[in-house]
Amino acid sequence: MTAVMQPGMEHVDLTSASADIALRAIGVSCWFGKRKVLEGVDLSIRRHSVVALIGPSGCGKSTFLRTLNRMHELVPGASLAGSVELDGKDIYGSDLRPSEVRKRIGMVFQKPNPFPAMTIRENVLAGLKLTGSKTTEPNELVEWALTRASLWTEVRDRLDTPGGSLSGGQQQRLCIARSLAVKPDVLLMDEPCSALDPTSTRRVEETIGEVSEEVTIVIVTHNMQQAQRVSDTCAFFLAEENQPGRIVEFGATEQVFSNPMDPRTNDYVNGRFG
Amino acid sequence: MTIAVRPRRPRSLRPTDAVRSVGVFGASLAFTLIAFLLTPLDGGLGFVVIAFALFLTLEYVMVRQTMDRKHAIDHLVSTLVYSCAVLTALPLVLIVGTVVVNGLPGLSLNFFTKTLEGVDPSASSTVGGALHAITGTLTQVGFAVIVTVPFGILTAVYLTEIKGRFTGLVRLLVDAMSGIPSIVAGLFIYAIWVIGPGHGFSGFAASLALSILMLPTVARTTEEMLKLVDPSLREASLALGSPQWRTVGQVVLPTARAGIVTAVILGIARVAGETAPLLMTAFGNDKVVNPVGAFHEPQSALPLFIFQQLAQDQRERAWTAALALIGLVLLLFMLARLVSRKARAR
Repeated sequence: MTAVMQPGMEHVDLTSASADIALRAIGVSCWFGKRKVLEGVDLSIRRHSVVALIGPSGCGKSTFLRTLNRMHELVPGASLAGSVELDGKDIYGSDLRPSEVRKRIGMVFQKPNPFPAMTIRENVLAGLKLTGSKTTEPNELVEWALTRASLWTEVRDRLDTPGGSLSGGQQQRLCIARSLAVKPDVLLMDEPCSALDPTSTRRVEETIGEVSEEVTIVIVTHNMQQAQRVSDTCAFFLAEENQPGRIVEFGATEQVFSNPMDPRTNDYVNGRFG
Repeated sequence: MTIAVRPRRPRSLRPTDAVRSVGVFGASLAFTLIAFLLTPLDGGLGFVVIAFALFLTLEYVMVRQTMDRKHAIDHLVSTLVYSCAVLTALPLVLIVGTVVVNGLPGLSLNFFTKTLEGVDPSASSTVGGALHAITGTLTQVGFAVIVTVPFGILTAVYLTEIKGRFTGLVRLLVDAMSGIPSIVAGLFIYAIWVIGPGHGFSGFAASLALSILMLPTVARTTEEMLKLVDPSLREASLALGSPQWRTVGQVVLPTARAGIVTAVILGIARVAGETAPLLMTAFGNDKVVNPVGAFHEPQSALPLFIFQQLAQDQRERAWTAALALIGLVLLLFMLARLVSRKARAR
């Protein structure tokens, strides 16, 4: 892991322009209709790091995650302000199509959602088909993506069975493999383990550790232990009553959990609310 | 050591209950019969109504002997509901039964291999067959499917996937279209195709009229099927960087494939038995017309055949054709069920 965010380095300038920042949110605010759910979120995400977004339900962390690959705007009535830069380029700029943005910034959802009309192999290759890309070596790509998602040994003999025939945990890892197969720069994960049993959760967490060598990961989680286990840095979101959500604290995971600067963070990570 | 335990279904009918109900039913019938014989009461419908009312009353009285009021009323209402379910199925059973009984005697190989070409209208009904009508129905419905399916699916895609500004209007129009009387659809095609440009009667004109009737069924059923596709699949596809048209083509439609097949078959079943629009479009013919000829020649069809045979007092032929038509529709329904079940198994 790149280790600029060492515990103890409390005053890292998170907004400075740096080639090592993969994704940067600048003053992101979100609305659903007239209701403002997120206000002025600034966040810089280091390349090949794992960032956890934590906070109580309804604090806007999932909404924020969805602004990072332009999924937020698919909800009817949703709008936003601010900008998000991928390698210094605004993903909401007019010269980028949403589909190009999403190809480079993949997403894994809360509920495993392999395509039911496709086999395991077709699911892994779905991203290529759906973006109109081609590969000269599909078999190698399938093996690479499934290995990365720690699923290869379990499914190598039944690649032509439907994706829906797998268990919930395997389906989620298939979805991770599907996202990895288009070789994204960033992978967003929206509570990827909340529908899984503990064993599958552990496998997915191992997968996160492995793929973070190549991909930057932003993960939303309700599970405090999981945030501690998988992430390098951690952002704590909070929405005060009738207020839009904001980032209360952002820093190295170890520091956020052991020695938070804000008392509200301290209360939350120690389970006193939320 | 295992203990032998007999499995029991707590809510199943107990033998004593069954015996009581059958007994009460028999008693009601017998009593009503006696009443009808001894008094001036008369009429089949009256018999059924009185016997049924008697049955319900006696059931209630009998059940009340062993149970409290609440349970007896519960039993009474249950009996009533079951009776209504049977009553609803009765017309279908009677119709199919009548058609089978009347149509079966005329069913022979001739019926499927011969036409009425050169057959004297007063000849025995065993002479000639309905091959021209069967092929006519298949041709006309086939063309109607070819015309309707692309439009129907695209309409459904507009309503569920594009959700454009005119969604509400389009849905309203499609619903209104499903209310068009079939004879009006026939008249419309007669005016704008048959006599207007002077194309004359043809199987294809019939297909056009049938398409008008079939389109709303296909579009709306397909819409319902597309709505059933998990929205998270669309999100997953878009999140991979797919443009919307690929998401629809590669994910949404394939996922709903079985449902779309069902929609098309329901549409076919909707129009296969239409007669009124065919009178003004296909017109009828005694010989087999090939699919190319169907564009400019009058053509027969099973419903038209039934209508015209009845007009010539050839009842047996008409019944047999009715049986063939019901068989055709039944076959399609079975096909639809088979396809959708197969998809669920995946």
